Amino acid sequence: MKKLLKRTVVATAIAAVSMTMATTAVQAADTMTVVSWGGSYTKSQERAYQEPWTKMHGTKFLSEDKAGTGLAGIRSQVEANNVTWDLVDMLEGDSMIACDEGLIEEIDYDTILAAAPDGTPASKDFLGGMNGCFIPQIVYATLFAYNDELFTGEKPSTIADIFDLEKFPGKRSLQKVPDGNLEWALMASGVPADKVYEKLDTEEGIAMAFKKLDEIKDSVVWWEAGAQPPQLLADKEVSIASGFNGRFFGAQVNEKQPFTIIWDGQLAEIDGWVVPKGKLTEDLKAYLKFATDTQRLADQSKYISYGPARASSAALVGKHADTGIDMKPHMPTNPENFKNPIIKNAEWWANNKDDMNERFNAWLAK
Amino acid sequence: MANTYSKVGEMTTNDGVPLKVSLRRSQRKLKLWAFLLVAPLLVFILVSFIIPVVNMTMRGVENPQVANIMPNVVETLENWQGTELPDEAVYAALVTDLTMGRKNKNIGKVATRLNYERSGMRRVITGSARKAAKLKEGPYKEQMIKINKAWGDIGVWSLIKRESGTFTSSYLISSVDRKTNDAGEVVAKVESKQIYVNLFGKTLLMSFSITIICIVLAFPIAYLLATLPLAKSNLLMILVLLPFWTSLLVRTTTWIVLLQSQGVINDLLVWMHIIDEDGRLQMIYNQTGTIIAMTHILLPFMVLPLYSVMKTIPPTYMRAALSLGANPVTAFIKVYIPMTVSGIGAGSLLVFILSIGYYITPALVGGQSGLLISNMIAYHMQNSLNWGLAGALGFILLVIVLIFYALFNKVIGIDKMKMG
Amino acid sequence: MAIPIYAGKLERTWYYSYRVICTLIFLFLILPILIIIPLSFNVQPYFTFTPEMMSLDPAGYSLRWYEEFFASEVWMKSIKNSFSVAIASTILATTLGTLAALGLSRPEMPYRALIMSILISPMIVPLIISAAGMFFFYSSVNLAGSFLGLILAHTALGIPFVVITVTATLSGFDYSLTRAAASLGASPRTVFFKIMLPLVTPGVISGALFAFITSFDEVVVAIFIAGPEQRTIPLQMWGGIREQISPTILAVATILVAISIMLLTVLELLRRRSEKQRGLTPG
Repeated sequence: MKKLLKRTVVATAIAAVSMTMATTAVQAADTMTVVSWGGSYTKSQERAYQEPWTKMHGTKFLSEDKAGTGLAGIRSQVEANNVTWDLVDMLEGDSMIACDEGLIEEIDYDTILAAAPDGTPASKDFLGGMNGCFIPQIVYATLFAYNDELFTGEKPSTIADIFDLEKFPGKRSLQKVPDGNLEWALMASGVPADKVYEKLDTEEGIAMAFKKLDEIKDSVVWWEAGAQPPQLLADKEVSIASGFNGRFFGAQVNEKQPFTIIWDGQLAEIDGWVVPKGKLTEDLKAYLKFATDTQRLADQSKYISYGPARASSAALVGKHADTGIDMKPHMPTNPENFKNPIIKNAEWWANNKDDMNERFNAWLAK
Repeated sequence: MANTYSKVGEMTTNDGVPLKVSLRRSQRKLKLWAFLLVAPLLVFILVSFIIPVVNMTMRGVENPQVANIMPNVVETLENWQGTELPDEAVYAALVTDLTMGRKNKNIGKVATRLNYERSGMRRVITGSARKAAKLKEGPYKEQMIKINKAWGDIGVWSLIKRESGTFTSSYLISSVDRKTNDAGEVVAKVESKQIYVNLFGKTLLMSFSITIICIVLAFPIAYLLATLPLAKSNLLMILVLLPFWTSLLVRTTTWIVLLQSQGVINDLLVWMHIIDEDGRLQMIYNQTGTIIAMTHILLPFMVLPLYSVMKTIPPTYMRAALSLGANPVTAFIKVYIPMTVSGIGAGSLLVFILSIGYYITPALVGGQSGLLISNMIAYHMQNSLNWGLAGALGFILLVIVLIFYALFNKVIGIDKMKMG
Repeated sequence: MAIPIYAGKLERTWYYSYRVICTLIFLFLILPILIIIPLSFNVQPYFTFTPEMMSLDPAGYSLRWYEEFFASEVWMKSIKNSFSVAIASTILATTLGTLAALGLSRPEMPYRALIMSILISPMIVPLIISAAGMFFFYSSVNLAGSFLGLILAHTALGIPFVVITVTATLSGFDYSLTRAAASLGASPRTVFFKIMLPLVTPGVISGALFAFITSFDEVVVAIFIAGPEQRTIPLQMWGGIREQISPTILAVATILVAISIMLLTVLELLRRRSEKQRGLTPG
């Protein structure tokens, strides 16, 4: 018995150590750690970019669903001089901060990225957000959707309707961040979509936004992960929820949920890649060139309803890979959907994030 | 006098060494042996645990950004009185530092740091750095103020001076809902930004309520377990030990399943027509949910110490009191309960200390009103990335916990704690 | 605690209501854990009892969530990770912890209280602070996102339990036994293996079980320092619960409950054995 115990202990210890070493060895080989948002979004990137690339070059991709805390991760890794991530999916606003702090690589757009098929250089082809470090990938929208079954009569159709608890009863679900919620609160108070940031620059505008949010505060279920809002709507825990348009689309198409999207006041934002400091290798450059070319960006829209961030990709948007639905009407950038959008002002948020978060948290805790 | 006495009374071992010396020597050897046994673990804990924790809390006072990245400004500001705008030398230093900072790509750190103290400083710093690089020659004062009027604001300069040391108290000040104003006085923040003092208060209050609920629930069953025959009580003990050994996440999940509005309890109530479909109760994602789930999770920590104390109380005491004519209730309160105080104390402090630092359960079932201070620390670690503030809040939390722990150690003694 | 025959009406009422109260509290403790077991066999993706389940119709039950669990590569990998990390950190924690407990329980040990406080500090410091501290520290020494880092972190968290249980076993230990053995000519080695070890073994094993479950159940530190390759079961569950509770989580939960029942049984057997050995009343 004692012998057996001893032997097991030794064997396990050896196994544990060799396992640790084995993983280190694997990482040193031809692998790339890609950090993204998880769920159907990561899936779409895998299918559009990673799988074809692995087929061509044999690179193994490791996915990490930590984009939500991506800036924290990059900062600590760079600070510790131990960067393990190769490519990180990040929002434009965070990328500005990371770029200013020197945490991510600068990108020379026209040399690193592929030109459009008609020869337009990359720097002219992308829709925006080119702050020197950020490589745009998709345009997505945070917007509202409701469960059809809960509104038998009139359906909500504007931002103002969302704040109208009497006309449209039921709980709401909002993301537990000030971003978006402040803008919508102002819109619901009558500020036009293109004037919200002007208004938010004033103390009066901020107070106005919080006052409007006060009206629905008691009926709000706060969400934190992108998968939650469709779930909350499906479970009828809430009647209207804010969320990412791709997630709602996924629930509509894949799970046949009776959701309707309200495109009014969609908060459009660019999401893309950043390269942590020291990781801009030749291999990575080659992959980036491939993964952000016109065709690949259009390909991603076969799997998820986010608009490609290249002008030249728009024409190539086709049908949903699994169901054959035409994807164009589901793109946030589709003119039909883009009638009254709020274009998220990444710069304003980078400057006021700390202050707004502080106020928002204090407001929540009240 | 003492000397002669010891000489006279001295005893020696066979080989002539004074017994005292020999004893001391062997004592020292034993001491060394004991210490050597402990040493590997001590080193391990110090390196892999104590240092990281100290390091983390130190972030609450460390302040390297301005001092390291803007050394010239810091130096020239040293003699600045703060009554009027600084002179040209400071502005020249500012241009040098901003230009260097932009070149080294670390000026953003200063921007981030100062933005914590004053909204909009990010734009001031990064914007000015971009433009300062293009300035050809001095005098710089006018030009800088033209680039951004913030450089003509004494408040901005006193902020920079205040944050120019390698250590700062501003995170700690911020953790108690205060701030330093332009005049350098510590004042309360505007009400719409106050959050932490309340949160600490709420955390303490909730931990206190959970502790009380645990005492109330644990006392009857611990008493039952302690007074039942061993065979029976061992069987019932499983009902306490199984939850104790079950994964925290499993127990949290099960409460979500039970309490959510489409969950088992609400369904049951609807089915029994106690509430109707629209009147489903909101029992989770709020303070109630957190208290219920945490009480369930921490209850065994109260039952076990209470049980082990009650086990040692001979039933004869109560019988004696009763036979002497005491009313059963009086006997229980006056005789029995006082004997269980050490058990209640041990359990309470354990439950209290654990609940002050709870993170997982409130994060999953707390919604908004059920969040505790740990959740705020996690928020600053992962979302707002204000690690200094996370460090300061962590430091305060740690101090509170250590005070209670010291109390625990003093009253009960940690080595008397039993597990399982 | 049987009710005496001479009890009056009031006492009887009190006696029964006391029993009812106790039963309710026990139910509060155990029901939530038991309730997920049948729910995990629900054929529907709901977290409540369907009418079919209530009528015990076999069609209302299925193993689909278990199939999903066992078919999922991610979950299987997390099981492997959880076990390897927990076993490795248990071995480390038990070895270091037992040695230290042997030292600490010697009467000659200097600065005993202080050292004890340091050794059990991982249990006292709120987890979020430990996790944040380890996140910074392990990142800076290249150990974040590695198995070794996670193992070391979990070892630190498990150590207090080993130290406490083993010292508790040793507190009743009669050191004159070792002196007797030594004076009879036994070498220190023999004394240790023949006298100390058999007596402390139950304490060591129960300490090891605590260390194991601490690591096996740990999620806060893992959130901060585990990389994609080190995803453990709790980490996987945490992500799942935060995003959307799929019924697979209930299947996992049921399996974890089964594991804790196993651990509990081992512990109970050990306790009885040690009580017998020490000549106390057999349980």
